[in-house]
Amino acid sequence: MRELSLHIMDLTENSIRAGSTLIEIEIAESRSKDLMTIKIKDNGCGMDKEFLKDVISPFKTTRTTRKVGLGLSLFQTACQRCEGSFRIRSKPGIGTEVEGSFKWSHIDRAPLGDIASTLALLISGNPGIEFVYRHTTDEGTYILDSRELKQILEDVAVNNPLVVDWIKKNVKEGLKDINGGV
Amino acid sequence: MKSIEELKKIKEKVKEMTWLRQGDKKATKIVVGMGTCGIAAGARQVMTAIMDELKKRNKTDVIVTQTGCIGFCKYEPLIDVITPDGEKITYVNLTPEMAREIVIKHIINGQAITEWTVKNF
Ligand SMILES: Nc1ncnc2c1ncn2[C@@H]1O[C@H](COP(=O)(O)OP(=O)(O)OP(=O)(O)O)[C@@H](O)[C@H]1O
Ligand SMILES: [Mg+2]
Repeated sequence: MRELSLHIMDLTENSIRAGSTLIEIEIAESRSKDLMTIKIKDNGCGMDKEFLKDVISPFKTTRTTRKVGLGLSLFQTACQRCEGSFRIRSKPGIGTEVEGSFKWSHIDRAPLGDIASTLALLISGNPGIEFVYRHTTDEGTYILDSRELKQILEDVAVNNPLVVDWIKKNVKEGLKDINGGV
Repeated sequence: MKSIEELKKIKEKVKEMTWLRQGDKKATKIVVGMGTCGIAAGARQVMTAIMDELKKRNKTDVIVTQTGCIGFCKYEPLIDVITPDGEKITYVNLTPEMAREIVIKHIINGQAITEWTVKNF
């Protein structure tokens, strides 16, 4: 995938399919440590040990629509290509946590890309699921919590186009603040 | 935070206009396929274009949601347009530009663009 935010969208899709009601997306970027970490944690159905053992294999999928599942192996490959690591932890009935890291300055590391649109679409496209986005850099932390938005919005829908637009802008501005204002 | 104030203003504005609430039966629905294949093929850009065009045209009675892969990977990015009468039309192999045109011609003017559709999915 050309952007890390597309991997995030894709991994989140797994969480959604697992019946999660809360999905936490965490990005930690450190230029000083030359490291970028992406973590996706959900409270969905989880996987048992047996399944987890070879879940990375493209031939492990619970899809009925086709025989290969690509999402996890694509992400793992992306991490390994950038001298990073990949880990997946899961417990049936509790949830799943996928974590991948990248050498920040690695030439093959894809840019984060349009995370603002990604979050706006995830939140608006799945009104029944709560999302927490936490992004940390050497300069600070930005947090977006869909539960807080919904509290403010009361009975106004999160998929209202004006709200979607607001989310996008809020993310963009928030990330600017923790990236030296650029 | 200034931004939160803006969100509150949006809420008031929306309430005044009595926009549609989620799950309203009279709304047209657009469902965007968001499996790995769809995302890789540009589904996010398509969904962004749809939301943007709806906002630009002040089109408020449309609900846009997403769904996982439905197994028609070679047709991605694809969307379903479901009108209040229950009719479903599937558009395939979309670009953001095509998505904008669908909003204008189909959603706003009620004229499906049949060349881009697949029947009986
Ligand atoms: N967060 C999760 N919670 C529960 N099960 C998961 C989760 N993530 C992945 N899985 C399981 O692992 C399988 C493989 O996931 P992967 O993303 O690699 O492929 P896929 O989702 O099946 O297909 P694709 O990603 O190509 O659309 C899934 O089919 C699902 O059964
Ligand atoms: Mg997947």
